Amino acid sequence: MSNNLSTGTLSEPRVATPTVNTATAFAILFTVVGLGVGVYAMIAGHHHVYACTREVPWGILISTYAFFAITSTGLCLLAAIGHLFGGTPLMHLGNRAVYLSIATILAAFSVIGLELESPWRMLIYNVISPNLTSNIWWMGTLYGMAVGAMFIEFFAIVTRQWNLALAVGIMGALAEVGANTNLGAVFATLSARPFWYGAQLPVFFLCSSFASGAAAIILFTHLAYKMRGTDFDERTFRGLQSAGKVLALTLFLLVVATAWRFIVIFTGNNEMAMIAANHLLKGKMATNFWLFEVAIGMVFPLLLLIGTQMKNVPAMSIAGAMTLVGGFIQRYDLVVAGQQVPVYYGWDDLPSYLGYIPSIGELLVVMGGIGVCLTLFLIGERVFGKVFKPAEHH
Amino acid sequence: MKIDDLEKLKNEGPDTLPSKERRKFLKWGLAVTGVFAGGAVLSLTSAKNVQGALEGIKLKKYPYKPHYCMIIRQDRCVDCEKCKEACVKTNNVPEYGYRTTILEREIPIGPDEKQREFMPVLCNHCNHPPCVRVCPTRATYKDEKTGIVMMDYKKCIGCKTCMAACPYNARYFNEEKRAIDKCNFCFDTRLSKGEKLTACAAACPADVRIFGDLSDPESRVYKLIHEPDRVVWVLRPETGAMPNVYYTKG
Repeated sequence: MSNNLSTGTLSEPRVATPTVNTATAFAILFTVVGLGVGVYAMIAGHHHVYACTREVPWGILISTYAFFAITSTGLCLLAAIGHLFGGTPLMHLGNRAVYLSIATILAAFSVIGLELESPWRMLIYNVISPNLTSNIWWMGTLYGMAVGAMFIEFFAIVTRQWNLALAVGIMGALAEVGANTNLGAVFATLSARPFWYGAQLPVFFLCSSFASGAAAIILFTHLAYKMRGTDFDERTFRGLQSAGKVLALTLFLLVVATAWRFIVIFTGNNEMAMIAANHLLKGKMATNFWLFEVAIGMVFPLLLLIGTQMKNVPAMSIAGAMTLVGGFIQRYDLVVAGQQVPVYYGWDDLPSYLGYIPSIGELLVVMGGIGVCLTLFLIGERVFGKVFKPAEHH
Repeated sequence: MKIDDLEKLKNEGPDTLPSKERRKFLKWGLAVTGVFAGGAVLSLTSAKNVQGALEGIKLKKYPYKPHYCMIIRQDRCVDCEKCKEACVKTNNVPEYGYRTTILEREIPIGPDEKQREFMPVLCNHCNHPPCVRVCPTRATYKDEKTGIVMMDYKKCIGCKTCMAACPYNARYFNEEKRAIDKCNFCFDTRLSKGEKLTACAAACPADVRIFGDLSDPESRVYKLIHEPDRVVWVLRPETGAMPNVYYTKG
């Protein structure tokens, strides 16, 4: 361990420009207001603040949690791949990826903590009354382990204990894979919801995590250099190109997976799954699906990456931002569309579309989650800025 | 014989056909349909509308003693809602929620004619309950003795995965308990106090809801389900939940 650790060796004071300070203040404001609304909802009762119902019990808070959790997994895995296979240029982005993985999972935990009706019971009964057949249990437990591992990993990176960082990083990455695929399985194993049910979602979530992780590391690295007002060094640039390739490849796979997912639904004879799919393809959620999920989330960034041959950082950064926006909407579409067809469809003149519009309260909690992520990013660049410089080790 | 030749033959009509032949023909038809439809004889309609499909019901083993179940004689229901009232009163169900309800629809019975149909629904106390599998803290569990799917409210974290997993919309979030609430066949309020029927079954004036122990050959539920000519079905058999609420007519 280095004995010369001090804030001087870690921090990056030049980041603290007036613009960044203002942005940080806003991010903190978003966090406080957003999470404050969530705490109010917990005290007053979710039904007063959130729009979820008996028929649609999961809404935008679940999808936002999934969005952050999936992104966290991707960042953690990219860091682990970079650190594990030292030869890949991805390693130059690895330290920031580990930090951002922690930031995004903490944003995810903030949102899910305010989505659960009685989260304090989870702390007790997840431990003393575990249900090993429950994907929620595995997901929570493995994400908990992963975040623990990443805290140790990041501490080891800061204190330059590379072997410890590598070992713990691999453990964290494995826990993230387990947690991420269990998150997919939360939906994929519900035979009552045919739009979700099937083998695809766990691996779809894993593929999405690589896409979101690559998108996030490109975007945030770009922002970090903008904040410093410096050009990219060669190693960082090659790292970004490498992440761009990961992004292009995974976006391509997601396009293929999405196409087959819908084709398979229409080759089956499950009416409920088809009605749900049609909400996305040509129903009330069609704009979400075609514009945000398909065009902005997959096709445009893929074309941009291919068109610029991963040689233009702003182009890659825009592709990353589009991927994240599309990914956010994709998680929302998946969660909401899967619950839109009543389980007793055909009875009671039940509608074929139950409907769900996020409440202002829910949107503010989402803003709080984004605030957590941005605050941690901005503060991290200031406090640990030097740690994020291209790796010298390996 | 070629089809062209067949068409030239005079139609003898069904009147002269001996009933033995007719039965034989029907049996063939059923067997062929069964083979091609993988046993789901009535898969011509969506599964939840299937009546008479016995898939999802296995009448061989009863894992619990007593193995509580309910048979709903659907066509007898007139939607008087006395069952709902009794449930609310007995189990202190808040007005924003319900443990049991009655669905309705109009089914066309002629070009301009429709008939109203009612269907009481409640927790199906499945043998393979999806809600129990997904609960992270075992707050909902299958009672080892009776097979009733119960709640341990203090363990419920309110993740609502059981609500998403339930094929029967049987669960709601109880704000006062800060936990999911659901039908437990009135176990705490009636059965454990010596009553033989659930509140809804006892209150039904049309004897729609027959409640009892499926493992007891002397029980009404056992006898009804085992009537050779009775058509019995369950809701959403395709989910594999193996429900213990059966539907029939008459």
